[in-house]
Amino acid sequence: MSESKKQRVLKISILRFDPHDPEDFPHMETFEVEEADGMTLFIALNEIREHHDNSLKFDFVCRAGICGSCSMLVNGRPTLACRTLTAKLDEKFTLAPLPLFELIGDLSVYTGKWMRGLNERLETWIHDKEEELNVDKLEEKMEPALADEIYELDRCVECGCCVAGCGTAKMNPYFVGAVGLNKIARYQLDPRDKRSDDDYYELVGNEDGVFGCMTLLGCEDVCPKDLPLQSKIAYLRRMMLKNTL
Amino acid sequence: MKVIYTDVLIIGGGLAGLRVATGIKGRGHDAVVLSLVPPKRSHSAAAQGGMQASLANCKMGEGDNEDVHFSDTIKGSDWGADQEVARMFVHCAPKAIRELAHWGVPWSRVHRGDHAAIINAEKVTITEKDEAHGLITARDFGGTKKWRTCYTSDGTGHSMLFAMDNKAKQEKVEVHERLEAISLIHENGRCYGAVARNLMSGELVAYVSKATTMATGGYGRIYSVSTNAIICQGMGQAIALETGVATLGNMEAIQFHPTAIVPVGILTTEGCRGDGGLLLDKDGYRFMPDYEPDKKELASRDVVSRRMTEHMRKGKGVKSRYGDHLWLDITILGREHIEKNLREVKEICENFLGIDPAVDWIPVRPTQHYSMGGIRTKYTGESQTLKGLYSCGEAACWDLHGFNRLGGNSVSETVVAGMLVAENISDYLDSDESHLTIHTSNIEKFVKIESDKLDALLTKEDGEDAYVLRRRMEEIMMDKVGIFRNGDDLQEAVDELEELCKRSKNIEVFRSKSRAANPALVNAYRTQKMIKVALTVAYGALLRTESRGAHSREDYPERDDANWLKRTITSWPDENQLVPTVSYEEIDISKMELPPGFRGYGKDLTKHHPKTAEREIVVNAVKEKLEAVGESRFEIQNALMPYLDKLPKKYRAINERLGENI
Repeated sequence: MSESKKQRVLKISILRFDPHDPEDFPHMETFEVEEADGMTLFIALNEIREHHDNSLKFDFVCRAGICGSCSMLVNGRPTLACRTLTAKLDEKFTLAPLPLFELIGDLSVYTGKWMRGLNERLETWIHDKEEELNVDKLEEKMEPALADEIYELDRCVECGCCVAGCGTAKMNPYFVGAVGLNKIARYQLDPRDKRSDDDYYELVGNEDGVFGCMTLLGCEDVCPKDLPLQSKIAYLRRMMLKNTL
Repeated sequence: MKVIYTDVLIIGGGLAGLRVATGIKGRGHDAVVLSLVPPKRSHSAAAQGGMQASLANCKMGEGDNEDVHFSDTIKGSDWGADQEVARMFVHCAPKAIRELAHWGVPWSRVHRGDHAAIINAEKVTITEKDEAHGLITARDFGGTKKWRTCYTSDGTGHSMLFAMDNKAKQEKVEVHERLEAISLIHENGRCYGAVARNLMSGELVAYVSKATTMATGGYGRIYSVSTNAIICQGMGQAIALETGVATLGNMEAIQFHPTAIVPVGILTTEGCRGDGGLLLDKDGYRFMPDYEPDKKELASRDVVSRRMTEHMRKGKGVKSRYGDHLWLDITILGREHIEKNLREVKEICENFLGIDPAVDWIPVRPTQHYSMGGIRTKYTGESQTLKGLYSCGEAACWDLHGFNRLGGNSVSETVVAGMLVAENISDYLDSDESHLTIHTSNIEKFVKIESDKLDALLTKEDGEDAYVLRRRMEEIMMDKVGIFRNGDDLQEAVDELEELCKRSKNIEVFRSKSRAANPALVNAYRTQKMIKVALTVAYGALLRTESRGAHSREDYPERDDANWLKRTITSWPDENQLVPTVSYEEIDISKMELPPGFRGYGKDLTKHHPKTAEREIVVNAVKEKLEAVGESRFEIQNALMPYLDKLPKKYRAINERLGENI
């Protein structure tokens, strides 16, 4: 990388709207930003906020691809903005807020509220019938391979990309999405959770759950954590079906 | 005026805050958590490498127990830590991790039989015991005698936070998201909650509570490059400071992590080196053994960061347009290991550097990472000076880490302190002292003050640009209050920050005038607060004329126990003052279980305190006497420094281990 290399001037078109401003309406606005080496959308958007328009709203927290806050549509595709390098995009590109979630303003959406609802509905916690744990005693053993397998599904960051990329979610606002089905697969795998297959059937054995999926699998295409969503949804379907027989 | 009443207001929805809330609910009290972001997005999620707890399950952890963990922690702190607090912590860490296992964290487990591992750049075989199969395993981390850091791949914080948040949901903990506490409500030395701003609507809400807990994390973002999430701006410390009553402890104690990627400062876990990764210079030479022949890459973080900086100063750094850096080489661990146990690191390398760490070296350099300082509390978690205000986790200084925190002790601290503080607060709520006695007109006054401040920021003309002040503050901290410090630079830093503090009173929010969701307004009031926090760090560092842990003075290279075995206490009693008020709290050697000694790195430059030798004699005599009559390690410990009475009764029992106490 030579110092003298001519940097591109990026033309970033952003879908803007402030729902708190009665005068405002959704519109596209284009900002020009000089590209820098290693520039991510996190850096580019902060530059716009600091030097062009300090009212621009967006959400970053970890800026390292870990927390799932910054999902948005980059050229129409849901992804984590913080780890999107501008070098991988054309000179002109568009950014829009993640659809299907409540809009806070510009690129900021309330995924947290949606995910809270989902977690409460699916009761995404360990259900055990035991008395209180004795924390002084040795922990319960678990097969190492099983722990790894649970962790694999536990890596979901609730970013909402799979929901934004889902055909069913667009038609049915009650659909739990791949994020919800993955969580059911995770707890079903976990021996610490004492819920039965019948219990899981009650939760997702319907069109708002695993039978609502049309197998378009946009979810798997856009998942930033490469979760095995396709195989887990297929597995849950077989399990649920078996349960009805 | 909108007022919400609750028993306990918890500010911060990371691991510490959620653990406090869950414990409070368990005791039958009410709690509301305020969080800037949905709790699962808190910075706790970014902890990668693991949680220290002396389970002693894996082969390389054999023989580990609370005593070893205690000794590592105190040495790591360079004797700055509160030894009773450290004892309470190491005793409860195994309990906390077992609780988390029960709540769903998929901890990596011991697998019986032979395993290949890399130790000191050589392939070795480790054989795990049959009876440990399926128990929680651990990896090596810096500054520890045993393999004690328990993990889930390198997404430990993520798994812990998700399990904790799910548990909190099960317990129906109320979380108010995207709410920011902007000042504390207090009267006659007692805290009654906070004024909070809704970051979506801009509405101000008074949260009135019997007890208030600050669990807002650290203040890394006062530096221009930090591994911290961008929300770690020290707002908890700032609003505590602005009460003029609460105090902060050891704010100058700032940790720099050896291996953040260049230039963006994203962390690659200490687990990289724990698992066998090496640090190399521009010639591909492994330099750490030259500096620290014993611990090498796995010396304490402050030591490795200094050695790396020294080595780069000798011209051995790799030149880049972003300044010098060194290499972290994990290729020797092999692809399989990296893709299983260091997968976040792999993702970060791919996405931010465009490299494959199984083949390429990672460009790294020491970067601001952790705040040892924070809201000064008693061992109960309550502020020493503002009753009803509690704090725990990175936000607090209770003081577990002294002047350098060991890797793996931070997430561990969040859940341990959270479980203890929840009990202490619950006891307080059960007592008559906790009744609310504040008049609503006074609550209204606090809301009005904040409302007027926001109006002033939005209506001011010809004012200062908050971004300009903030960027300058960040640069000052980077350039003058960094890894190596000296009196001249620190004096300049304090002078300039003082000037910025003055200018910050005149900040104007340009163009974007909305009282609702408005990032410019947020930046304006946070910048004012951040500059005050930066001043506590820089001023504390200027006054501390010694080197201890991560606070390293080139002009005072020796640790000076004779004059500086004490905590820095900062406060801001008058809102018009431009530098904090500083006082000191002595650390009593005569009560120490482990008297001050040599940490074992470099040359021993310690100026010892006269009481150290006296205390050593006492400690040795007690040990000899009790060992001679066959007393257990618990009896000996208790004779040296009793602490169990400081723990809630439910957490006093001895921990079970394989081969011990079963």
